Amino acid sequence: MCKAYEISGHLAANNKMWDNLKLKGIMMDNGFEPKIVGICCNWCSYAGADLAGVSRFQYPSNIKIIRVMCSGRVDPTFILKAIEAGADGVLITGCHPGDCHYIAGNYKAARRIPLLKKMLSQFGIESERIRLEWVSASEGARFAEVVTDFTKTVKELGPGPFRKQQ
Amino acid sequence: MAKPKVAFYWCASCGGCEEAVVDLNEDILKVTDAVDIVLWPVALDFRRKDVEALSDGEIAVSFINGAVRTEEQEEMVKLLREKSGLVVAFGSCAHLGGIPGLGNFCTRETIFQTAYKETPSTENPEGTVPQEKTDIGIGVLTLPELYNTVKTLNQTIPVDYYLPGCPPPPDLIMNAINAILTGQLPDKGTVLAPNKAQCDTCPRADTKPEKLSMAEIKRPWEIKIDPEKCFLVQGLICLGPATRSGCGETCIRANMPCRGCFGPIDGVIDQGARALSAIASILGLEGEEKMTEEDSQKLIDQIADPAGTFYRFSLPSSLLTRKRMEYTGG
Repeated sequence: MCKAYEISGHLAANNKMWDNLKLKGIMMDNGFEPKIVGICCNWCSYAGADLAGVSRFQYPSNIKIIRVMCSGRVDPTFILKAIEAGADGVLITGCHPGDCHYIAGNYKAARRIPLLKKMLSQFGIESERIRLEWVSASEGARFAEVVTDFTKTVKELGPGPFRKQQ
Repeated sequence: MAKPKVAFYWCASCGGCEEAVVDLNEDILKVTDAVDIVLWPVALDFRRKDVEALSDGEIAVSFINGAVRTEEQEEMVKLLREKSGLVVAFGSCAHLGGIPGLGNFCTRETIFQTAYKETPSTENPEGTVPQEKTDIGIGVLTLPELYNTVKTLNQTIPVDYYLPGCPPPPDLIMNAINAILTGQLPDKGTVLAPNKAQCDTCPRADTKPEKLSMAEIKRPWEIKIDPEKCFLVQGLICLGPATRSGCGETCIRANMPCRGCFGPIDGVIDQGARALSAIASILGLEGEEKMTEEDSQKLIDQIADPAGTFYRFSLPSSLLTRKRMEYTGG
């Protein structure tokens, strides 16, 4: 099991965390818990997620993280597939511009994701359900912030377009 | 020995696929020598009751073109499926949804609104739109239902083979017919065309540089198109990188970029996503390291209609299949 998931899953069991998040107004009580797919690059942002975990920064457990080698490896098909499979939001994280382990993979993501977002709005799907963020290996706190904020956004948007009725 | 029976049928299509069969020229005589045509609405006077009178599986092969978007089309293809040993999805519309598939960006209501009320050439003061049932006093007239969502053939019935193209070229049609007649068929589900990308067989492949960068996006009417240079180099969106080869590059030879009618190669589940990925990665590639978010947004904004461009022929077969009508159950 992926470490970030393990850790966030562990924290989720901790009631205190939920109370904290509620106090911060992060988890609004509209009764909807979004399912979010996180796609993190191996070199920076997955390490950032890992650091968030070992540093015990709290963030909502709605995100399920998939590790890929580079944000440039993220075929737009992956994102469409996630949406089609019922994800309410997809977060893609990569190295900051200039820091890509493969030199220029994140630059490709920087153009693919905005173009995909533009296209998704033509499909009647809110482009805010997709977010691209840069997170370095040392930015554990930032990773937690990004996930927290994105979860809040998706929660406000409500269930995703292919969400099966439960 | 009785000749094998063959049926041709059309659903939501333009008639170009019928034309493609006629384009076999003299070869069509070989076909009619070898088979008995039992249904071909565009050319021969057979009716639905003639098909119903056949026993199950009696038709050796049915070539069905067009997407499925009405009740009648759905009934007919289901009937043909019962009566046929093999079903071949003939042409882009049956294979991927095709141009009629772009109807999935609308609903039945918005299509009626535009087609029967809003177009400048329409005069319809009573706002009449097609009704499934109309009582004319002496009886009730009926029309088949038009569905909200256009479907591909294989979303409606099981399909054995696919002949891609808008329309399929004569050589691929003849190859398919010969393969069926001689029983030398590949695995079920095969697309009966080469499994190579268009760029591999493009006559302009040599003009595609090692590092291909599109500095800006142009639309074909905006520039005088160089008849020999790679379209992408000229700033024109060409779906060659994400499209199957085998069409004979007819559009390219007519100086028009590939629009993707052959669909994706094997293993690609969503042609539009692949096309989007390919175009986005070469868009502003030169100097990408200096590009700000605003710069790349400016380039992206030059693509006026990404969904319609990348899914021109494949919207119903895509992962998202259509524009969301509403979230629950859409």
